[in-house]
Order: sequence, then C-alpha cells, then structure tokens
Amino acid sequence: MSAPGIEDLLRALMPQVLGALVRRFGQFEGCEDAVQEAGLAASVQWPVEGVPDNPRGWLMTVASRRLIDEVRSASARRGRESARVADVAPGEVPDTDDTLLLLFLCCHPALTAASQTALTLRAVGGLTTAEIARAFLVPEATMAARISRAKQRIRAAGGSFPAPAGPERLPVVLHVLYLIFNEGYTASSGSSLDRADLAVEAIRLARMVHAGLPEDGEVAGLLALMLLTHARRAARTTAGGDLVPLDEQDRTQWDRSLIVEGLELAKGALGAPELGPYQLQAAIAATHADAATAGETNWRQVYALYLILERIAPNPVVTLNRAVALAEVEGPAAGLALLAGLDGDERLAGHHRLWSVRAHLLEKAGDEAGAYSWYRRAARATASLAEQRYLEGRASRLRG
Amino acid sequence: MKFLISMHINPAVLEALTEEEMAAIGAGHGRFMAGLKERGELITTQALVDPSQAVVVSVRDGQRVVTDGPFLEAKEYLGGFYFVDVEDKARAIELAAQIPDAAIEGLGIEVRQVMFADGVLEA
Repeated sequence: MSAPGIEDLLRALMPQVLGALVRRFGQFEGCEDAVQEAGLAASVQWPVEGVPDNPRGWLMTVASRRLIDEVRSASARRGRESARVADVAPGEVPDTDDTLLLLFLCCHPALTAASQTALTLRAVGGLTTAEIARAFLVPEATMAARISRAKQRIRAAGGSFPAPAGPERLPVVLHVLYLIFNEGYTASSGSSLDRADLAVEAIRLARMVHAGLPEDGEVAGLLALMLLTHARRAARTTAGGDLVPLDEQDRTQWDRSLIVEGLELAKGALGAPELGPYQLQAAIAATHADAATAGETNWRQVYALYLILERIAPNPVVTLNRAVALAEVEGPAAGLALLAGLDGDERLAGHHRLWSVRAHLLEKAGDEAGAYSWYRRAARATASLAEQRYLEGRASRLRG
Repeated sequence: MKFLISMHINPAVLEALTEEEMAAIGAGHGRFMAGLKERGELITTQALVDPSQAVVVSVRDGQRVVTDGPFLEAKEYLGGFYFVDVEDKARAIELAAQIPDAAIEGLGIEVRQVMFADGVLEA
C-alpha cells in the first residue's frame, strides 16, 4: 500500500484504537500518548514491511504495550508494583466503535473551545500536532502546550468516557465541528490548502456523528449545512483570491454531488419533531442551492426561515440576515428600516457586517454617497483581508 | 483569534523607576510568559532595543538616506510586543492588563487583532 493510503488508514483506525483503549484502561492522557506512538511506529514500519493482516489489532497491541510499559516504569519510579493495567494482556480488539464516545470526551465542558477543537482534531481526526498547528497558523509548541493542557484537564476531571454518552454534550460537539469547519472555510489566507483540509475533516467527523445518531435532526442539519456550504467553495473566490458574493457566483462551479447529498439531508432534517438552528440554516442554504440563478432565489422562503430562526435562536446576526432577505422581498427601504433597529445592539456595535449590509442596501436604494462611506467604514472594521479587499472594491466601484 | 499586544514605553518614565521596581517588571514578564506558554497562548514575543538605537531609512532620488531615529517626535515608543492566539478579544484584553507595564503611570499597552482571512458561513 502506498504511503498516502497508509495515512488514510491510520487516520481512520487510530481514533478507534484510542477509543477502545480508553474504554478499557480509562486514562485518556496515557492512552493518547501510547496511540500516537503506535501510529508513529506504523507510519515508519508499514511502508517498508507491508500493512499487517489485522492493522487495527496491530495498533491495539503496540499501543497497549506502550501504555503498559509506561505504567510499569512509572510505578517502578514510585517504587511499587502497578496493579490494574499491567495485568491486562493485550487481547482482541472489541468490535464496538468507540470513536463517537471519544469525540464526546474531547468536547469535555471543562475545556475551552480552542482546546476542544485541538484535542478533537488530534484524538478523533488523527491529525498530528504539527498538522493542527499549521492549520491554525500557530507554532507547534503552542499547539502542543494546548493539547497537553487539555489532556491534563480531562484527567483532572475524571478522564474517562461520559456515561452515558451524554446527549447534553451533543450541542458542544456540534459547535466544535462547526468551529473546525469555519476555520477551514476560507480559501484565500496563507497556506490555504491546509485550511481547506479542515473543512473536509469537519465534514468527515460530522458524517461520523450522523452515522452514529442518524435520527438526530440537528446532526443531519449541521452536516447538510456543511455540505451545501462546502459545495460553493470553487465559486467563492476568484483565481486571485478575491471574494465573490453569493449572487455573483458561477453556480455551474458548485459541486453538484455535495449539493444533492446536502439537499437530501436538509429535507430529512426538516421533518424532525423539533427544529434547531442548524436545521434552519441548512434549510436556508438549501433554498439558495435550489435556485439555478441568483435571480430565481426564493427569497420569501429565505425570509420566512430567518424569521423562525430568529424566534428559536435570537441573535442580532440572524436579524441582520433577515434584513437582507426582507430587502429582496420588499425592497431596500424595508431592509434598511430593520437594520436601524440593530444600531443600539451592543453585540453588533462597530461590527463590519452591520455596516457592509447597510452599504449594500444603500447601494440598492441608489444612495451612492451613503453606500460609499459605509463600505469604507466596514472595510476598516473587518479583520479579514479578503473581506477588506472586497469592501474596498465595492467602494471604489461607486467612486469610479 | 490572534492579537498583537504591543507595549508602548516611555524611556523617561522607565528611567525614573527604582531598581526594585525594574526588577519587579522583569519578574512580572517572566511569570506572564510562563503562563502564556503553559496555556498554549503564546505565538512569540519580541522586545526592541531603546529607541535611541533606531535609525530611519529613506530613499530620495534613488539615494539611500540614513538618519538617527527614532522616526517620531514622541514620548512613547514601541518597546516590544506579545503575539498571542487566544479565545476572543476579551481574553486578549485580560492578558494585556496582566502585563506589569500596564500598571505603571505613563506607559500603555495596545491590543489589536491580527488581520487574516477568516470567513463566516454565508447561509
């Protein structure tokens, strides 16, 4: 098997082995180190000696031995014999897949979102610390410190699987996957390839959660939202890396197979007894995906969906998006009136999204001077280089 | 989110400090850095030499002109910075307030987010 094939195999197997090990020995930190070492050994040996007949069993055996060695030497240091772990011989790997439990463990509420994300990518995603560091544009030592601290906190918090696989933790898991996806969503910054991989990884993990919890509408909704958003990737930026807004995207560049899959999921998710924010966002993305051209977008439906979203998960950004939809249905004046109500919201004060939407609607309403000055203000307020270029471009188009 | 936390020093203010006060600043920075590293928040930190050591370079009519710095006629100069990766802006501000310089009259810390392309979902 070629080296990339082995890498894929390891990425799929290592979380399963780690899950099985944690279930058996209950100490996340030590198990994680042992599995990382076993994975390293495999990536060195397998390309030379060939992949063993039972690669999962091989990894399990090597990781168990490492763990036992570690426990033995630690207990030797303490001057007494270890009990539990050393007595367990590395036996057959159980058939149950504990990967989902592992994901829930990594999204432990004692951790910050940044640590949950890093730990999830390493333990469940099978990425190396160096790969994660590269994706987040930080030094490896920084990421290593974050991961090791996260492991310590999990240990301190009692370190084994949540029992039962706590449904109350599901929203945290979904949020972490959403964060990973968003981190990878941008195409145009720095080493873009690595970051695109994050979106792919988030989709892979979301698929896994969906396979484990096929009845959950929010899980299906999040996966659908990711697929429908990721489908637009090729059309979202120009060759030069400039942002292309949704209404100007070349829809023939959208990935049809992702859209078909996303639409199917989104439709199914809407049938769930209770609607959550991911299902509604997926439904909105599905409405956009359904339109062959921007002009054919069913804005009434988009508006209605934002109205429901605003009711179940009130948030000024949702209101902002509703204003965009309202402007499409009833004209820019109605949208601008809705925006006016957001000026007093301190969560949005000074936020470039509010200003750029206002600029867009003023431009639609024919107020070029007003649009120009709000585009410029929005450009100064954004922390995204691609967005700043886009907003400056809109502004200078009005001047030109 | 990445932030540049820059320390704006005033050489006159620093000179007026006692030796104990200077030592306390040094120790404070040491503890601050150790904490940042342990939590995985530090990307890098750099301190700059005294502004009197700076030179200003300009090219006029193709000729390189080098004059003694600093560039600005100001009391406060960039003394150094911490480059951190933290959860949000509130955390960056919380960190900036822990830097010993922040507690000294006449010195200030600036917190600015680093600009990089981070999109949000369009849906």
